[in-house]
Amino acid sequence: MIDAYSILWADLVALKRRGPRYLITTLVSPILYLVAFGWGLGRGINLNGTSYLEFVIPGIIALTAMTTSFNGAGTRLNVDRLYFKSFDECLMAPIGLTSLLMGKALIGVVRGLMSSVAFLIVALLISPHIHIGPQFLLGLLLTCLTFAFLGVLAALLARSHEDMAVFGSLILMPMTFLGGTFFSLSQVPVGLKYALYILPLTHSSLFLRAAALDQPLPWGSFLILLAFLMAFLVGGMMTLKKISI
Amino acid sequence: MSKMIEISGLNKNYSGKKVIDGLDLEIDHGELFGFLGPNGAGKTTAIRILTTLTKPSSGRVLINGIDVAREPASVKSEFGIVQQHLSLNRDLTISENLQLHARLHHLSKKERNQRIADLLDYVELSDHADYLIDDVSGGMKRRAMIARALIHRPKLLFLDEPTVGLDAQTRRKVWDLIRRMNVEGTTVFLTTHYIEEAEALCQRVGVLHHGRIIAIGSPLSLREKLGMIAVEMNLNGNGTEYKYFPDRVQAAQFIEGLPGTERVVMRESNLEDVFIELTGQKVLGGVT
Repeated sequence: MIDAYSILWADLVALKRRGPRYLITTLVSPILYLVAFGWGLGRGINLNGTSYLEFVIPGIIALTAMTTSFNGAGTRLNVDRLYFKSFDECLMAPIGLTSLLMGKALIGVVRGLMSSVAFLIVALLISPHIHIGPQFLLGLLLTCLTFAFLGVLAALLARSHEDMAVFGSLILMPMTFLGGTFFSLSQVPVGLKYALYILPLTHSSLFLRAAALDQPLPWGSFLILLAFLMAFLVGGMMTLKKISI
Repeated sequence: MSKMIEISGLNKNYSGKKVIDGLDLEIDHGELFGFLGPNGAGKTTAIRILTTLTKPSSGRVLINGIDVAREPASVKSEFGIVQQHLSLNRDLTISENLQLHARLHHLSKKERNQRIADLLDYVELSDHADYLIDDVSGGMKRRAMIARALIHRPKLLFLDEPTVGLDAQTRRKVWDLIRRMNVEGTTVFLTTHYIEEAEALCQRVGVLHHGRIIAIGSPLSLREKLGMIAVEMNLNGNGTEYKYFPDRVQAAQFIEGLPGTERVVMRESNLEDVFIELTGQKVLGGVT
């Protein structure tokens, strides 16, 4: 774990240097989503006694956690690996591959949590009824971990910067709008509903929404998210072993 | 006593193309060895294999007696590397880059702070320790990379084109640093396509061409094999022809026998002559 922290340390130093700027830029998208969907389109919509604003906020938090964790770990690693080539220095250091993988993913988790919590503070000012308990924070942490490891996996598989952009367009973008963030899965046809359960963001949205609205928690979604995390971690490990001696 | 580097039967294929072709090489402890070769000869691939970044297709590499393929974790503490491209973390200062490397090599806090101060002094960057990488010159970046490579006191230092893109003055400064490290006991494995760099620095050079070593020895012995005196004949605008002779007397006799229409220059041969003759023969199918 010390080696993983050493890797993380460098990224934290860099993050600290541009912290305020990072926080401001990272809040732009979720606030725009909140304004457009929560106040714009969703004004006046009521979902089983819950205002659309309260419904959509946990979804936007899941979405923020996904994009910032993925990009925080993946985009950064992609640039370090293919552009700056500084990842080679880590590969040549006498540290275990597990530590290297963890270290590279952890900065995604940190960035994901920072952005999500910052947005959560904004959301609480707008809608103070949201319930933030340990289960919500647990779900948020798991979401950040899952997508940070997905980011690392994508960055290790990518052969160019374009590959990362393609991954974003084909995987993240559809998940953004279809992962149960902006609408309830009960409103879509059964076939599509089951297809959307394949997406990890769907399970993050379901779990975080239930926790935020103080509803019974879908632990099945939590376990599926955990399974995604393990799959991305194992996938990342196998890829790292392939590109290293 | 084992050698610092022992390479036997090393091969690397990319998509069926042989980049390293049956490479055999031994380098002694304390040696300053140069790997010369034209672009695409396989120099960087060889270094990547030696430094655990690329898996060989076959063959064996031992560094200080440790098998690179079998014990990559152990071998990583034995060497430091200055890569051809800038591989510093640009979000960090020079000092922070060294900190990161020291942490990854498990130096204690006290040890790493002392070592960083010493090394920054060694490469004359103490005044720029807190500068971000993008805020310093190319020469400073290169010296920072050298300091980083030395932080864990490696016995072997790989320098992959260490002076590429540097001005003449900075290049000389880096040369002095390389000589000093070698005198202090570090084995240096240098790749370069600057012939004068290899000639100025290396005790022994190997010429790599199409993934194979086609000549190896001291710069002087390689020149002796070719001929210590070179005669350049300008063929009236149709290129230049070179002839090599063991001494000035034989070269002068040759010049006297020429028809006298060409512009002729007699000079001492150099490693560049050796390199061009060797690689030219392979590429062009025979140049004398």
